[in-house]
Amino acid sequence: MLSVTSSPEGKLKAPRSRMTDTNLLTAITIVVFIAMYLYAYFVLQEGFVKPQTMLNLISTNAYLIILACGMSLVMITGGIDISVGGVTALVSMSCAVYLDMHGGNVYVAMLLAVGIGLAFGIVQGFLVAYLKIQPFIVTLAGMFFARGLITIIHTNPFNVENKDFVELKDTRITLPDFLGSTTRRGRFIPATIEIGVVVALAIVVILFVVLKWTKLGRNFYAVGGNRQSALMLGINTQRTTFISHVICSLLAGIGGFVYFMHVGSGSPSHATGAEMNAIASAIIGGTMLTGGVGNIIGTLFGVLSLSLIQSIVSSVGLDQAWWTGITIAAMLCIFLVVQSIIIARRKKANMKAANVKVPKPKEAAS
Amino acid sequence: MPSKNKAVPPKTPLWARITKHQIIIPIAALLALALFNLIADPSFFRIELKENSAGNMILSGNLISIIDSGSELAILALGMTLVTAASGGQDISVGAAIAISGSVMLRVLCGNNSHPTSLQAPIIVALLVACLVSMAFGAFNGALVAFFKIQPMVATLILFTAGRSIAAWINNNELPIVSDETFSYFGNNIPGIPIPTPFLIAIVCFIVTWLFMKFTNISLYVQSVGVNEKTSRLNGLNPEFIKLMTYVLLGLCVAIAAFIKVSRISTINYSVVAKDIEMDAILAVALGGNALSGGKFSMSASVLGAYVIQFLTTTLYKFEVKATALPAYKAVVVIALVVLSAPTVREKLSQLSKKFRKKAPAAKAA
Amino acid sequence: MKEDSLLEMRGIYKSFPGVKALQNVDFTLRKGEIHALMGENGAGKSTLIKVLTGVHVKDEGDISLQGKGKVNIHSPQDAQKNGISTVYQEITLCPNLSVAENIYIARGKGGLVSWRGMNKKAQKLLDSLGIAVKATQQLASCSIAVQQMVAIARAVDMDCSVLILDEPTSSLDESEVAKLFVLMRQLKERGVGIIFVTHFLDQVYEVCDRITVLRDGQLVGEYEIENLPRIQLVSKMLGKELDDMADIKGEAQPEIDKSSTPVYAAEGLSSSEGIGPYNFEIRAGEVNGFTGLLGSGRSESVRAIFGADKVTGGKVKIDGKDVKITKPRQAMAHGIAYLPEDRKRDGIVGDLSVRDNIILALQVKTGFFKPFSKAKATEFAEEYIKLLDIKTASVNTPIKSLSGGNQQKVILARWLLTHPKYLILDEPTRGIDIGTKTDIQKLVLKLASEGMCVTFISSETDEMLRTCSRLLVMRDRKLVGELTGDQLTQAAVMNTIAGGEKNAE
Repeated sequence: MLSVTSSPEGKLKAPRSRMTDTNLLTAITIVVFIAMYLYAYFVLQEGFVKPQTMLNLISTNAYLIILACGMSLVMITGGIDISVGGVTALVSMSCAVYLDMHGGNVYVAMLLAVGIGLAFGIVQGFLVAYLKIQPFIVTLAGMFFARGLITIIHTNPFNVENKDFVELKDTRITLPDFLGSTTRRGRFIPATIEIGVVVALAIVVILFVVLKWTKLGRNFYAVGGNRQSALMLGINTQRTTFISHVICSLLAGIGGFVYFMHVGSGSPSHATGAEMNAIASAIIGGTMLTGGVGNIIGTLFGVLSLSLIQSIVSSVGLDQAWWTGITIAAMLCIFLVVQSIIIARRKKANMKAANVKVPKPKEAAS
Repeated sequence: MPSKNKAVPPKTPLWARITKHQIIIPIAALLALALFNLIADPSFFRIELKENSAGNMILSGNLISIIDSGSELAILALGMTLVTAASGGQDISVGAAIAISGSVMLRVLCGNNSHPTSLQAPIIVALLVACLVSMAFGAFNGALVAFFKIQPMVATLILFTAGRSIAAWINNNELPIVSDETFSYFGNNIPGIPIPTPFLIAIVCFIVTWLFMKFTNISLYVQSVGVNEKTSRLNGLNPEFIKLMTYVLLGLCVAIAAFIKVSRISTINYSVVAKDIEMDAILAVALGGNALSGGKFSMSASVLGAYVIQFLTTTLYKFEVKATALPAYKAVVVIALVVLSAPTVREKLSQLSKKFRKKAPAAKAA
Repeated sequence: MKEDSLLEMRGIYKSFPGVKALQNVDFTLRKGEIHALMGENGAGKSTLIKVLTGVHVKDEGDISLQGKGKVNIHSPQDAQKNGISTVYQEITLCPNLSVAENIYIARGKGGLVSWRGMNKKAQKLLDSLGIAVKATQQLASCSIAVQQMVAIARAVDMDCSVLILDEPTSSLDESEVAKLFVLMRQLKERGVGIIFVTHFLDQVYEVCDRITVLRDGQLVGEYEIENLPRIQLVSKMLGKELDDMADIKGEAQPEIDKSSTPVYAAEGLSSSEGIGPYNFEIRAGEVNGFTGLLGSGRSESVRAIFGADKVTGGKVKIDGKDVKITKPRQAMAHGIAYLPEDRKRDGIVGDLSVRDNIILALQVKTGFFKPFSKAKATEFAEEYIKLLDIKTASVNTPIKSLSGGNQQKVILARWLLTHPKYLILDEPTRGIDIGTKTDIQKLVLKLASEGMCVTFISSETDEMLRTCSRLLVMRDRKLVGELTGDQLTQAAVMNTIAGGEKNAE
């Protein structure tokens, strides 16, 4: 091994290392979520005392967790994908038409969902990574394409009555007894979740592992942190970007099927604004649109916070339809401002660290 | 030092200058669309003088409908170009802001009664109030971007999420209807003038913008801030203020667009009014060949881009594409245009043509 | 391919739109040698290196490696796989990752990351190289010098046969440079070939065995170090004999009337960057300079004068009248001009044309509602292009496609166009070729003789000694000495910087 420690410094004192940006932002989100939950539990009480309320919230938003995971991934890599809502709706409409009007098989429908996701991912990923077109434009077109395609497939909303599918849709997973609740008459109701929740949590775990412990995962962070540097370090930035888009769209396909399992119908107006909710969740969870910073656990809590605040707002009496939009926006606003202030302060601290006295050699070229 | 100064650069021919300028992209797109229509159905270009239901002589035909319904988009494109150039990002809340601005206008015009028989305030007052409100929201977006350094797309996501809810709130969830003939002139036709008023308003906006760019330094300042903020500051500019200003100006454009939109149908449906117009406005800027990452811009190319999008929309309607399916076709065309104008693709194409040219004489020689 | 050569580049051509960056360049690297690649800015050193590392793809020519024959290098990955590792002048690491990750990312086999193993290995490597940093620290929170050392650690840790060091020493201090040289010699012992690019001639003569000189994208020649004395190296780089330098000094410094009202005078000036409070004044026709080590506060001092950082206190007088300067805009209104230290970050507006870059400051000064006509702007620009001999295809060329020295001249033109009373130049000669350096120094003296006052900052003390009639010495963000007249010697400056005995006065 090379060594130059013949220098007299001896044991070197390294500066204290601080929390990384990613962890700090995630920690804030988790704290906020817990605070909100405690508030709901102890102050509002009502349904919030029952674990089932929270579980229902998670069941309803399982698809959003999946979409937000994919979104976080592209955002970490420094891109964005606004086609996920469109893909979700396209998947549910295609599966609905296939199952209902062509008497299809549920498993083939699943493959269909994955296939649609992959197709979008490959095309969009190619355009963004290899032809270097701005991801915003590419995925915007993707969204338009998906939304338009839905009405070409079928115009009107309808419920799916395929027997196998309805069975799958109504399947509930029963959780351990302590989460259940007792009605006033003393009847015990076990706590249940939908299948989608399991899928969503599995994806969270897988993605967490990928991002943390695989080289591919770290490449996503590197490319998002500084694309040029990542290239110079020998990372195939094009392939990394491509993969991030493929995974994101693939997750949109899976999320679409989970959504479809939850609503059980096809409609052109399904999942409108889902892309924006996914982006908002990712941001609340501490992912930064500038890339390189983000964490899947944070994203999970981002989705949970977003859905929790909506139900809190409606249970404190602000049940007019417009309050939902306004609260989400207010929450997003607060988070963004707080994030921006924290990041600015840390940057200043970093600048100070970077500017420590560096004497310069005096030799000159002339 | 050897002086290799070229005293006067050789005059480049006009044709070469145009093909090198970014405006070639929307011009080429427009020509392609026109050619397509010419081949498919030359009657597309017919313009007639017809009597409308109110007994006025007006011009009608596809071209007229393009310049008529493209007005709002073109006006928005003006502001969006500035915002894009200065802040290197896009405002995705313009559609929502139109809903707010339109609601304010109607609220002022109708007072507390949602279906008044006469106007409760002069139109000019309503317009001014709407402008102020819209510019205030622009300032909100601008402040988040300029002072809190939040990426534009994310900052405007807040208003995007809340906008239509706020619009509903302003009118207590009612849909006010104005029954005043003069008010409807602005969205349709003024008696005696065969040209649609929205187009006239758009023309006025273009002229004002042109004068503004000619008699102020806005273009240099905005580009300079967009390219290098630090340098701009050291040259005496105030980048924060300039960014803020572009958002306020976009707010003004939004109010004018909202005025036309509301006047067209004398009412507003805040959940669908100007839906997806933010996407079209951003596409207009991109189609104009402007970098969405900010910096240099060409206003005329953006405006042309807006009309290209409208041309495309009208062409698709002509071929009896359903309104809801429209986005799918638009997406395909947009991607085709963007791919063809992508630098990497162009480079490859020029390499190919070079190879081809090299091969051709070689083949002849053989 | 010769027996002992590790790397041979033959007949390399590379051109960019409008520029022939490399023309028929040959380069040979032998086993176990340190080979300096020299040339002025724009000579093609960086391009040659980027061709070798796969950042740019060559237009023509062959690259052969020992044992591999002709190779095609299309990406930095290819280069790494072929045993070529590189340290660039700019930090090319990811700021959001930890130090350890930056060392090990995109290396090794397998798809998994073992954090503990990686951190341990990295810490061992860092300790052995004497780099004071924790492996788990986020890179962005390290100083630039440490970041550069991390990049070097990464490069030397890779099992490479060719190591490229592209001006890695510009942000390092002496002890770090010494460490680097120890490392380089150890690698050389093992037979690694090292390509070393630097602006510091002393460093070249300290470690290198051989020198290849490039000029204007063409090969000048390859020389053994002992056969090429310094003076010849410089003239080979410049393509002419070195007599211009001596000329400058010959000119007599104009006498400054000490009783006149200072053009600019500050009392107790301090800024948010920890400067001051300090007093400072400058009179018409005077050239003075702030000197001190990098980070001593010399740049921050002039930034405070210009209002570039937040001014926190002090009284300022211009021509004897009290004024307030807290923003660049106000400084400009009072006839102060400031050429910043970091050209790329604070100086140029990259995408805009040379014309727009030249008129920018004057345009801001004249005001938002008074734009110049295009003809007027072109006239201004062409006047200064001629005056400063700026090499550009036309006034419409984007400034970013110019070479460093010409970019610097454009920024100088920008400020000269505002006809300032007081011109501040912070490192105007950094990273530009010697010819332009001389031009700029001459210009400074000419401007002063016409009655302008100039503050000139440079890391190269002899440049300052040549141009300035008064030197203000900074240490730890404080003014620690002032040298004039006979005191202006290299030794006196060094002494004051180092904080030796108080200057006899």
